[in-house]
Amino acid sequence: MDKFNNLKGIAAPLPIVNIDTDMIIPKQFLKTIKRTGLGVSLFYEMRYDNDGKLIKDFVLNTSPYDQSKILVAGDNFGCGSSREHAPWSLKDFGIKCVVSTSFADIFYNNCFQNGILPIVVTPEQLDQLMTAASNQTEFHIDLPQQTIKAGNHSFNFEIEEFRKERLLQGLDDIGITLGYQDKISNYEDEKQNQKPWLFKDK
Amino acid sequence: MSNNGPKTLFDKIWSDHLVGQRDDGTSLLYIDRHLVHEVTSPQAFEGLNLSNRKVRRPEATFATADHNVPTINRENISDEQSRIQVETLAKNTKEHNIEYFELSDRRQGIVHIIGPEQGITQPGMTMVCGDSHTSTHGAFGALAFGIGTSEVEHVLATQTIVQKPAKNMRIAVNGKLPFGVTSKDLILYIIGQIGTAGGNGHVIEYAGTSLKPLSMESRMTICNMSIEAGARAGLIAPDQITFDYIKGRPYAPSKDHWEKAIEYWSSLPSDQDAFYDNELIINSDEIDPMVTWGTSPEDVVAVSGFVPDPSSGKTENKQKSIQRSLDYMGLKSGTKITDIKLDKIFIGSCTNGRIEDLRNVALIVKDKKISSHISGMIVPGSGLVKKQAEEEGLSKIFIDAGFEWRDAGCSMCLGMNPDQLKPGERCASTSNRNFEGRQGRGGRTHLMSPELAAASAIKGNISDIRDFI
Repeated sequence: MDKFNNLKGIAAPLPIVNIDTDMIIPKQFLKTIKRTGLGVSLFYEMRYDNDGKLIKDFVLNTSPYDQSKILVAGDNFGCGSSREHAPWSLKDFGIKCVVSTSFADIFYNNCFQNGILPIVVTPEQLDQLMTAASNQTEFHIDLPQQTIKAGNHSFNFEIEEFRKERLLQGLDDIGITLGYQDKISNYEDEKQNQKPWLFKDK
Repeated sequence: MSNNGPKTLFDKIWSDHLVGQRDDGTSLLYIDRHLVHEVTSPQAFEGLNLSNRKVRRPEATFATADHNVPTINRENISDEQSRIQVETLAKNTKEHNIEYFELSDRRQGIVHIIGPEQGITQPGMTMVCGDSHTSTHGAFGALAFGIGTSEVEHVLATQTIVQKPAKNMRIAVNGKLPFGVTSKDLILYIIGQIGTAGGNGHVIEYAGTSLKPLSMESRMTICNMSIEAGARAGLIAPDQITFDYIKGRPYAPSKDHWEKAIEYWSSLPSDQDAFYDNELIINSDEIDPMVTWGTSPEDVVAVSGFVPDPSSGKTENKQKSIQRSLDYMGLKSGTKITDIKLDKIFIGSCTNGRIEDLRNVALIVKDKKISSHISGMIVPGSGLVKKQAEEEGLSKIFIDAGFEWRDAGCSMCLGMNPDQLKPGERCASTSNRNFEGRQGRGGRTHLMSPELAAASAIKGNISDIRDFI
């Protein structure tokens, strides 16, 4: 997984609440058996008209936002389905950080699996960052310091220590967990005695 | 969460599945059962194969194809990508020795219908699936939640998942469900009350006198839509109704273990005085049959009500969002809900595709015809639900009324297969999401109970079941 440390760039403003995973990547693109290639379909129905032509005034279709690495969005971003295609499409487009007042739990988890940093800010901070994004102010995100800066605004953000570590080092969860195989086996042995009906297979 | 004090149902399941915990609370949680489907698993198996990793417990893993399978003429899947996904699942499950309910198997169906149907779902378990509606299984008092594909790979490889404990929320529903009000209306009402982010970070335990008499199938409808309230999972304490439902099913505990299992399951309900981070009390006597008018499951209104005005939004953002929804839905504020004319009816999905749902629909449409301008489709949740409906004569009632009677799958709930709305088409749907484009680009979805959808099919407009019978 890619490491995440510092990020500088223009942020695209998307002031819509409850942006769901169907909006981020519609169902017809879930038929792929690959993780890559979804960026072109990101926000498909907002980005393209019925004939498949770019809708010119949609923010990610306009310069310089078509090069954005950061997205600033309304409350409850990523609600709906568990499809990891949502962060895959963001990542493939080039988005490495999403800022909102809240995220749906599964989407939030999925971001960290793909080296994307979701940042939670207060409603007041979001208003200010949304304005800064609209003014094409350069954002600077510093994960080690846990700060997000845009022009005169500078805020600290919270992130769990374990998630931060993994992003900074680009670590893969499975590799870490496989280091605990003995503990998992011990757990299974103990539970097999207590709840044998769950281990008919063993 | 204290170790010795009174515990909630969630606390008990959580602590019984802890393999390890870090100082910051990040936990390694053991997973008892893993359900797999064709859409969110190919990249997980690819990841395993690339790293030469094995599935740790193939016997604890069950797979089926449901999301993009056709519900008609399914011997040949004409959409190439869909076919490849289904074939990939068959290949992956075979290579890794995982039980796969293939399309020709009667047991095939929507993953959240067949888990309970086969007795795979049991109280006190941890269950995951690469699908957000895994919350359905919480109706059995199992901690069940949706995960992304990377986590699917993690569970396949390690039979565990990395998680932080959720907060506890309790929603007590007391009273009776009035005539014409179903568990679907109840959960729509709850989502309307707390909003689609209301449950974020929480596991919701549903309790109270209204729930006690409910069947397992009704309880599943409630837990199914917990995710629409933003919750990680929904839970209902197991009781005799739960045990009776499980007994004798193919993957239920064997006779040798049954008493021991009951003893364990009976220890699971929350202790008195257990701590909840949030509590909500609802009087179910006051709930009406509900429908959605907008493009979020929180956009609910009583069927006897009216399309809202944007000015009813409490914040400027909410007002904008109401206007955006009204524009998408092609609705005017102040319109009576029962004046909304429909084009399509979809009855099915993991929310309402079980046998009881179909029986209730049959009661309403028996000896009647669906309105001439309506096209209606009934999609059973599994091959076994289909078989049973045919044996009970329900399918004949549906076909005589003018419905199409299909094969099992997710179908028009998300329209990954050919069952989709056309732009501008308006659908009464028993499914769980009314997002923009969910059932087809430009399609307009009104969520409701199977009973309301059936009545609406006959009338041609959204209808109040209480005026109908």
